[in-house]
Amino acid sequence: MTTAFVLNGKNVEVDAGADTPLLWIIREQLKLTGTKFGCGIALCGACTVHLDGGAVRSCQTFLRDVVHRRVTTIEGLSANSDHPLQKAWIAEQVPQCGYCQSGQIMQAAALLNANPKPSRREIVEGMDGNICRCGTYPRIIRAIERVIGEI
Amino acid sequence: MHTDRSSTRILRLSRRSFLLRAGGVSLALAFGAQAERAAAQLSDGPPNGLSLQRPNLWVTIGTDDRITLVSPASEMGQGVMTSIPLLIAEEMDADWNKVKILQAPNAKAYGNPEFGGAQATGGSLTTRAFFDPLRLVGAQTRRILLASASAVLGAPIGELTTGPNVVIHRATGRTLSYGAIAASGRFPNPIPEVTLTDLRPAVDWRYIGRDLPRIDVPSKVNGSACFGIDVLLPGMLYGAVARPPVQGEEPISIDDTAAQLIRGVKKIVPLPYGVGVIADDVWAAMKARDALKIIWSRKSRARKYSSDDALAEYQALARGEAGNSLVVVQRGDPPSAFLSAFRVMTSTYVSEHVHQATMEPPTATALVSKGRVDVWGPFQEQTVVESLAAEITGALSEDISIHTTLLGGGFGRKYESDFALDALSLAMALPDQPVKIIWTREDDTQHGKYRPLEAQFVRVGVDRTGQIVAWHHRIVADSITARYHPDQFKKMGGLDPSVTGGIDFNYDVPALLGEYVRVDRGLDVGFWRAIGPGYTKFAVECMLDEMAAATGADALAMRLRLLHQQPRAQRVLRSAAEMSGWERRARGAPLGMAYSDAFGSHCAQVAQIEASRETGEIQVRNVWCAVDPGPVMQPGNVEAQIVGGIIFGISHCLHEQINIVNGEVQQSNFNDYRVLRLSEVPEIHVQVLGSSTDSPGGIGEAGVPAIGAAIANAFAAGYGGHRLRHYPFVPERVKAVLNG
Repeated sequence: MTTAFVLNGKNVEVDAGADTPLLWIIREQLKLTGTKFGCGIALCGACTVHLDGGAVRSCQTFLRDVVHRRVTTIEGLSANSDHPLQKAWIAEQVPQCGYCQSGQIMQAAALLNANPKPSRREIVEGMDGNICRCGTYPRIIRAIERVIGEI
Repeated sequence: MHTDRSSTRILRLSRRSFLLRAGGVSLALAFGAQAERAAAQLSDGPPNGLSLQRPNLWVTIGTDDRITLVSPASEMGQGVMTSIPLLIAEEMDADWNKVKILQAPNAKAYGNPEFGGAQATGGSLTTRAFFDPLRLVGAQTRRILLASASAVLGAPIGELTTGPNVVIHRATGRTLSYGAIAASGRFPNPIPEVTLTDLRPAVDWRYIGRDLPRIDVPSKVNGSACFGIDVLLPGMLYGAVARPPVQGEEPISIDDTAAQLIRGVKKIVPLPYGVGVIADDVWAAMKARDALKIIWSRKSRARKYSSDDALAEYQALARGEAGNSLVVVQRGDPPSAFLSAFRVMTSTYVSEHVHQATMEPPTATALVSKGRVDVWGPFQEQTVVESLAAEITGALSEDISIHTTLLGGGFGRKYESDFALDALSLAMALPDQPVKIIWTREDDTQHGKYRPLEAQFVRVGVDRTGQIVAWHHRIVADSITARYHPDQFKKMGGLDPSVTGGIDFNYDVPALLGEYVRVDRGLDVGFWRAIGPGYTKFAVECMLDEMAAATGADALAMRLRLLHQQPRAQRVLRSAAEMSGWERRARGAPLGMAYSDAFGSHCAQVAQIEASRETGEIQVRNVWCAVDPGPVMQPGNVEAQIVGGIIFGISHCLHEQINIVNGEVQQSNFNDYRVLRLSEVPEIHVQVLGSSTDSPGGIGEAGVPAIGAAIANAFAAGYGGHRLRHYPFVPERVKAVLNG
């Protein structure tokens, strides 16, 4: 059975069970590996993508949930890695191991889409579902606040 | 191991007499055509240019002026992919903008001298090990370039100098690029040798000590970075392995009826330690694995292991007159010193098992073909993976290629080769087809190599004036080394520096006795960021605070006195005190202080906390930290590592524990293995103090050890002197302490 959806602006059709997590479809079948597997139960945020513009955990979003909908991954966030958050992430040298950072950036992008000028408290609330084991949290806040400052 | 007569050998004779010796010029360094061949190999390599085969060289200079430097260590977030090749670039005067970094393949040449030549990354030993050797590689490269340029330009070497990627003739201003030298084909024979005295003084450093952007960062903001889990190969299959609920059991009956019905399943593979599934896609592999009905043996010694019982036993052993204790360190005459003491104080500290919980779970990919074995993955020790591959497949070591990807966190977990074993075992079952295995978070949490559970007893004697006259520290824990390096464990007579690290210290006490009692309850224990010092400094620094309180001393003044011969240690303590307003602390929220000398770096921390009497939750509000790692490679990266270490440390001392009941792990995912989240992170203020003339210390772990004690000491200061002596400080323990 094939399922059609829009991935980073392109129509895609995949042949997989409707119960397959979107995460594995994106990563292993469609080979966009920027989206990461962390926990499988929507507790860590490493697999965050946008579904019709809002942040979702792709490990708990299934193929049946995305039929004809728009999915955006870190690879599709900007044309040349030049989204203001990506530039801020480099300016602040946020990543350490880097594994959680695709999810962090996608979460932050959705946060800023919904609220371009979040307060510190709103940033903390908005990002609290994304675990970073290396402890880059302070720099994540700095990078987001750098973008807010530029708006 | 095979020997290559022409390979460059780095002989670690001693720090002073270190020499690079080479059989020919194309060894530590490759020029022109060879460099281009190397680069071609590089671009052909699956999956992300990781396959340059055993080049036995560090530097390649292309005729196009591009320079390729090899990074010998695994990049797991600590920044070594930048900071280590940078050492070569510094001394050879490379133009950093023209440098490409290549991850080392498995080869003896890239072994870490501090690990006896094993290719491994950990123990905060990368900079410490490579600081001199790689600067020598760079200096030698520069000498070769100068000699070549001298021949090309017809000018004496003495009239030449270098700038970034260029040799300059001082008198005439004529220049020759490194690329042009590579194209000239004129190289000195014999090649010049260099010693430490040829290295640049710190004042002349161009790159070391400056904040250059990390080489790996751009790929980590757009999804292009290749971690172990991201390896994609043509025709790749996926594997998953069902493991027993208790380590050491084996499958005695397997019903795979339901698993075989899942679309995409290719093969069920019984293994000595579990049952593997190979499938066309990852989801099928995971579902089929979960559909297996397996009856496991019930023979494992670990079934008798429960962590609560062990903790009680270990405490009793720590406090008692343990007959089987080994001396880790002894100074002065502890027995007489204790007899002479005016007063003796004792305290016991304990900690539960903790888990690394790397964000990237264990994962590896293997391909076994005729005469060749390839393994891809996020490995902290390539040497053990290579040995394992040889053992499993029967291949010779020269036919085995270990392709080290980026690591999505290491923290000691990726020293282990159990996930490489999965990939190799399944790839053996279907030769010529690559198989990738991805552990689920539940696999990772339940089949870990946890930090040892441990109990520590500290006994301190003081004289009438409150001065310490004797210090006795005994630690009871299982051994990591006994399992991981049994030969070394035997050689060391049963000692385990990984487990007891930090028991010796910079404090000047007249008599010191550190002891280790090894217990073995059949449960594997493993490395964890900062291992020994992660709990020994908790005991040491809390005990100092307890003594300061009992004798009416100031915790800072007492530490400064004990460190009277350690100006660098005193400086970090004074800095942290000043940053935190230590002298004015009575007026503000309570502060707690701690110091760590672990990993060759001085690190002082002051924590400010709040605790809720109702919920028992502790919130850390501020941490002030001053660190001196010796020469500072990249100040911003040191700050990032220390901040990360502090957060890792807070996470483990407030939340993290693995509980084991009859050999079964009780936690399974982030719902019950709680790690620190953004909303719990305090304001962290770090001051990086350098000492460029000293030898470098480690930074990857240096931020971890002191923070637990700083928090416990702040708690005692603010909450009636109550002591937290049991990691982690979970709400029920905090409430019990407050009410007790």
